[in-house]
Amino acid sequence: MGEVIVITSGKGGVGKTTTTANIGTGLALEGKSVVLLDADIGLRNLDVVMGLENRIVYDLVDVVEKTCRLKQGLIKDKRFPNLFLMPAAQTKDKSAVTPEQMMELTKNLAEEFEYVLVDSPAGIEQGFKNAIAGASRSIVVTTPEVSAVRDADRIIGLLEANDLKNPQLLINRIKLEMVKRGDMMNIDDIVDILAIDLLGVVPDDEQIVISTNRGEPAIVDDRSLAGQAYRNIVKRILGDNIPFMSLDTDEGLITKIARVFGFVRK
Amino acid sequence: MDLFKFFGRSGGGSKDIAKDRLQLLLIHDRANVSPQFLEMVRGDLIDVISDYIEIDESGLDIKLTRTKRERDGATVPALVANIPIRKMKEKIR
Ligand SMILES: Nc1ncnc2c1ncn2[C@@H]1O[C@H](COP(=O)(O)OP(=O)(O)OP(=O)(O)O)[C@@H](O)[C@H]1O
Ligand SMILES: [Mg+2]
Repeated sequence: MGEVIVITSGKGGVGKTTTTANIGTGLALEGKSVVLLDADIGLRNLDVVMGLENRIVYDLVDVVEKTCRLKQGLIKDKRFPNLFLMPAAQTKDKSAVTPEQMMELTKNLAEEFEYVLVDSPAGIEQGFKNAIAGASRSIVVTTPEVSAVRDADRIIGLLEANDLKNPQLLINRIKLEMVKRGDMMNIDDIVDILAIDLLGVVPDDEQIVISTNRGEPAIVDDRSLAGQAYRNIVKRILGDNIPFMSLDTDEGLITKIARVFGFVRK
Repeated sequence: MDLFKFFGRSGGGSKDIAKDRLQLLLIHDRANVSPQFLEMVRGDLIDVISDYIEIDESGLDIKLTRTKRERDGATVPALVANIPIRKMKEKIR
């Protein structure tokens, strides 16, 4: 049985879809079999971020309603060894599926794949409940802003109430310069407040925009800092112990960046 | 009003403001999403106080709010309980 991991946030636009695409691609590059499940019914995006939008025939709702077979709802990403996408329906809304149906779907997928990554919609309603239904592990994405961290806290409470213990935190869009001059909450501040385990930190990086334009996840780009951060996160998901670094030491910016994102060991 | 202070000058240290605001917000959020929290406090309060004072349980009102601290005027979270007293118990006279 594979592992079902839900990527969620509460607040919209903080980077769930970007994270799902990058982590999924990274796991596939590490030789794992992976399926990305877009649970954002009505607002599908994951297909576009992955550059697979032109290959959609069937979607998640078709599979759940048994209009097609499970395999027909999967798009193979030919660039990577064992990576598949099941797109969301675009013309339906979130009530088109139930948590019970999602549970069955993720269970069936987990029989075929080592990792099932579920990209959750924003919010705490039906779409969120669907997305977490079959998950056994969760990643909470936030940016270093008051509203995003607040919503993350709410989501963490809901995850725990739904028996998804030990959610892991991914802090996205950190701007080193702003942290340095004290105008952005740093990693310690956020971890301190949310009090859950940190999975990783991803810098704000133009390469994310460029790679999204191209439909190629940044994790394949060696020069992208965000890509490097995602590679470290993938290793941590696989159980490697990649250390986190402190922002406070007085060292050159480059080594500092290297430390923060895990290039250099302490 | 000190406008410079209000707009946070040209940056620097606004993260401390963010962190303070967030901590305050979360105290309220966390208490409110757990309806049992205030019920538990309410129950325990009644138990303790009833040893000394006869209170009007139906009129007891308890809530989590914000208040200005006298010392420095900072906003801090506060648990406010309004407990109507019927009469003092005999034993403490
Ligand atoms: N680390 C980053 N650096 C720069 N831009 C980023 C980063 N992460 C995400 N973005 C950008 O932020 C926007 C929102 O990202 P994304 O779609 O992944 O968020 P989301 O949480 O899935 O949003 P929604 O709640 O709408 O589903 C996108 O335009 C994306 O390119
Ligand atoms: Mg999304």
